[in-house]
Amino acid sequence: MKTTIRTDHEARAAAPAAAESPMIEIRGLCKQFGAFQALNSIDLVIPKGTVFGFVGPNGAGKSTTMSILATLLAPTSGTAKVGGCDVTRHPKQVRKLIGYMPDFFGVYDQFKATEYLHFYGASYGIPKAERARLIPQLLELVNLTDKKDAYVDTLSRGMKQRLCLARCLVHDPELLILDEPASGLDPRARIEMREILKELKSMGKTIVISSHILPELAEMVDEIGVIEHGRMVAKGNVQEIQSRMRVKRILQIRLAGREEEAEQYLGGRPFVNRILRDGRGVHVHFDGHDEEQSELLHGLIEQGFRIISFSEAQTNLEDVFLEITKGDGEGE
Amino acid sequence: MKGTNGCADKWRSRLINPVLGKEFTLRMRTVRSMWALFFYLLAIGLLALGYLYVTRMSSSGANAFNPDESRIMFIFISFVQLGLIAFMAPGLTAGVISGEREKQTLNLLLTTQQSSASIVISKLVSSLSFMALITLATMPVYSIVFLFGGISPGQLGMVFLFYWFTMLALGSFGILFSTLFKRTMLAVIVAYGITLFLFGGTAFLYLIVSQIMEEMTRSSGGAPGDFGWIGHLLALNPGAALYSLFDPEMTRWVFRMNMGSGGSLSTGQPALQLWQEFLIIYSILIIAAVLTAIRSVRPRLNKKSKRA
Repeated sequence: MKTTIRTDHEARAAAPAAAESPMIEIRGLCKQFGAFQALNSIDLVIPKGTVFGFVGPNGAGKSTTMSILATLLAPTSGTAKVGGCDVTRHPKQVRKLIGYMPDFFGVYDQFKATEYLHFYGASYGIPKAERARLIPQLLELVNLTDKKDAYVDTLSRGMKQRLCLARCLVHDPELLILDEPASGLDPRARIEMREILKELKSMGKTIVISSHILPELAEMVDEIGVIEHGRMVAKGNVQEIQSRMRVKRILQIRLAGREEEAEQYLGGRPFVNRILRDGRGVHVHFDGHDEEQSELLHGLIEQGFRIISFSEAQTNLEDVFLEITKGDGEGE
Repeated sequence: MKGTNGCADKWRSRLINPVLGKEFTLRMRTVRSMWALFFYLLAIGLLALGYLYVTRMSSSGANAFNPDESRIMFIFISFVQLGLIAFMAPGLTAGVISGEREKQTLNLLLTTQQSSASIVISKLVSSLSFMALITLATMPVYSIVFLFGGISPGQLGMVFLFYWFTMLALGSFGILFSTLFKRTMLAVIVAYGITLFLFGGTAFLYLIVSQIMEEMTRSSGGAPGDFGWIGHLLALNPGAALYSLFDPEMTRWVFRMNMGSGGSLSTGQPALQLWQEFLIIYSILIIAAVLTAIRSVRPRLNKKSKRA
């Protein structure tokens, strides 16, 4: 299913500098609520067409950053630009460029799905005839074509989330800001949402997405930013961050006998933190880099241990997240 | 035919913006609106018929209905209607913005291309339209008065214009509180509190201040006209303003112009009738309330850059 959604809206005309500038440019962004520092000098640049995953524990500042980008919150200091437009100086132009889906949102229950999209389409100034052409495409994209005449209050949570996503797309924005779009969804609805997001990614949209379900993010994002206590503690390509974090790695060694001896030998080697032994082999928590790892293997072979396998346990985004956020800025 | 439809659509889209269209549609799709209309008509109908019944009983069963009594009945129904408007307007408007905020739909609306003015004014117009519909639906009750004479259609028209203006004023205050307060409950309480003050508080203040001033004037040997300024307090009262529409003498009485020095009758005329002063004061308050609501509905994003 490949759905083309293009409208003749003025979004592109709104940002003459947009072609050259990154989609999002945040510099020294701070937000204070009374004594609480929600954001502390955030810097972030997201190029066009990137799918950026925002990761962080609850209250870290993800939603605050997204609200500022969506022109719903004024920053205390710093600047945030979307498509080259400053969110505080040109909020109307920014709103043309973004489709925002908050973590919690309501719907107008007495509207039918089609009417709901017509209302938002009209609110973005899309002519009626164009809306009539566009809305069936959007409903098809989010797999709600068979629910077009259903009242919104009869839709399931997952369907409402998808309808809200269609609402975000009604004016064909260049940037989608999705705050926990899969929260509260059952596994099937989550998979459906993920497929739609992949489709949007293939359409070239820039997507900023936050989620607690990290394996889902890992599958679709190009870059991640880890935020904790209002600070960006890590950001960059998912693989890069994973390899950076892999300095603390777990080695899995399977031996053909002499496991106790191997455990004693490994215990005396540099960079080895901790050794666990179970029925599947010896697990070594290792602080060294690739070179030290190679020396460790070489030493084992020299000592005459018969090695069946020597491998590095796969770290996923969850491991990275836990590693980075286990202390105040420790991962930085 | 297609051209006519296209033209109609064009005019419709000019006159009814998306927020207003949404408000109209959603309001009329709820059963609550139908029940509100039903109970309003029931209340005013019962009061009008009850008044008619009591008057007829007290006039010893005479079959004729005196035009003077008809006029009093008109005034009675008009005040009942004003009371019902005062009861309804804050309830209908004090939740329109805060309600969207509580339902978590406001943020979605604020990220569209709709301006703050369009959102606030559309919601106000929608609420006022519903109230106007309800007041227009009471016309048959007023027809009872026309059966007996004593009232001109012009007077009826004036009274309805006064109602709509009062609705606009109370609705503007309601929408202002709905914007300023995050919780609908608080906005509704404050809106009803202000309405109560405007109807009861100003009258009470007038009575208290006039008593104090009379005492002070009497002891100092001044004339009642010296403290005519207290009449401005009643210019804030919608009930007093409505009565001044029926009885122009009321304004002279309120401003103590019927009593000159030493209690002699004065021939002077007030510069403005009470209802005219009411219109001026409330026009300013309406503009201030609506503008403040428009400024408050969205966060002020550019305050930092302006300062910079």
